[in-house]
Amino acid sequence: MIPAIKIQQLAKSYKKGPEALKGIDLNVQSGDFFALLGPNGAGKSTTIGIISSLVNKSSGSVEIFGYDLDSDPEKAKACIGLVPQEFNFNQFEPVIEILINQAGFYGMPRAKATERAEHYLKKLHLWDKRKSQARELSGGMKRRLMIARALVHDPKLLILDEPTAGVDIEIRRSMWNYLKEINQAGTTIILTTHYLEEAESLCRNIAIIDKGVIVENTSMSAMLRRLNQETFVFDTEEVITDLPKLEDFELTQLSDHSFEVSVAKEKGINKLFEALNQKGICVLSMRNKQNRLEQLFIDLVGAQGGQS
Amino acid sequence: MALYFIIFGKLIGSQIGDIEGFRYIDFIVPGLILMSVISNSYANTVSSFYFSRWNKHIDELLIAPIPNWLILAGYVAGGVARGVIVGIVVTIVASFFSDLSIHSYGITFLVFVLTSVLFSLAGFINGVFANSFDDISIIPTFVLTPLTYLGGVFYSMSLLPEFWQTVSMANPVLYMVNAFRYGLLGVSDIDLSSGIAIILGFTLVLALYAHSLMKRGVGVKS
Repeated sequence: MIPAIKIQQLAKSYKKGPEALKGIDLNVQSGDFFALLGPNGAGKSTTIGIISSLVNKSSGSVEIFGYDLDSDPEKAKACIGLVPQEFNFNQFEPVIEILINQAGFYGMPRAKATERAEHYLKKLHLWDKRKSQARELSGGMKRRLMIARALVHDPKLLILDEPTAGVDIEIRRSMWNYLKEINQAGTTIILTTHYLEEAESLCRNIAIIDKGVIVENTSMSAMLRRLNQETFVFDTEEVITDLPKLEDFELTQLSDHSFEVSVAKEKGINKLFEALNQKGICVLSMRNKQNRLEQLFIDLVGAQGGQS
Repeated sequence: MALYFIIFGKLIGSQIGDIEGFRYIDFIVPGLILMSVISNSYANTVSSFYFSRWNKHIDELLIAPIPNWLILAGYVAGGVARGVIVGIVVTIVASFFSDLSIHSYGITFLVFVLTSVLFSLAGFINGVFANSFDDISIIPTFVLTPLTYLGGVFYSMSLLPEFWQTVSMANPVLYMVNAFRYGLLGVSDIDLSSGIAIILGFTLVLALYAHSLMKRGVGVKS
């Protein structure tokens, strides 16, 4: 099967700046929901910028669904829909015109473009705002407008560069559901985000980039299996006066009604509950102290930082 | 523009004798029409291209499967459309002040459109390099206006001393104004065919340069 993206030895050096990409290789399979993560300035946006033709590469090659970006740019570009980090539509243009024009840039006749614009504006709850100038929309609406714009020409590959930044939790959840829906319908999605729970809940495969180098590229499940220890926070019904000492677990009190425990993978959580029951501690609820992916991410990026 | 016709044409012009067999106002009308074509074609592309860079919606075109030459052609077409429309309106206004006649429809149309294309391209290049809204007015103010005023809009080159006649030959606007004047009045200070060749040459050079800027992503890609 032809990969959605095949990147080989991709490098980018900015004038008067650091080497943003140091010859990365990356493959994204067709139909994947792929997370590209990394700290600020790691090279995520540069990679996406090169794929979407907004940044000139220094060397290397990029193929989109088998079309080389250098030798077959129009065919390669026709496969892509981009939701960039920054708003980049004409702020003075009516919302529906932004979508119709975008479809036109991809060769779609106006009647069909209008039909599709209506479909996506309704899907992303922007239909009531179709005649408003884009600058009149709220931040969350502008984000949704950019998603609608990226989808209007029916791309095979959707690239989302921090699509939910500044979006409230309700809209974020509905955007996640919608992204899952279009991915299930066959659209390959590449996502960059700083919300790691977003990547964990949506993506099947993951690459972590740091200082212009891919430090990890694996499946999400394989990544999460590496976690040796998880920290849980427990809320109790009764006030905790004196935390008991358990043989295999170390408990740390956080407040009158909560404590945390680090559980090693091989110990399992059943043993912990048995021990807590024996000591008469009644647990009301339990949660992960830190997102699991976040923990791994910090370990990986921190390790790279330590090496440099 | 109507003020030009009233002040230079009617008020001052009535005190000036004929130039090359034409009343002064009739003599300056071709230059004034072309002046509006030049400034509007230039202003349209420089402002719309710079605004699309400033607002970042140029990205929509760069991401889309549109070849660079087509993006360039689109902006130039916008400049030409505005230049031609304004030129036609100024021509209609001029007809109220002068006895406007057209000596050669073909030459008039050719120079009209070529000038518009040339200055739309020049505006596009200015838009590529501009880094602020001030930058899009520097060239029109300090380069375009002097070139236009010294391009034979208000006088015949034969009135200049020999040295300044030679210097004027380096001004591309001179060829456009005189070629256009030939189209309307049938008189020109320069040889028509070499004038049109020079306009075509400038247009080709600017088109190739503008295309190479787009291809390299100057001003629009990092």
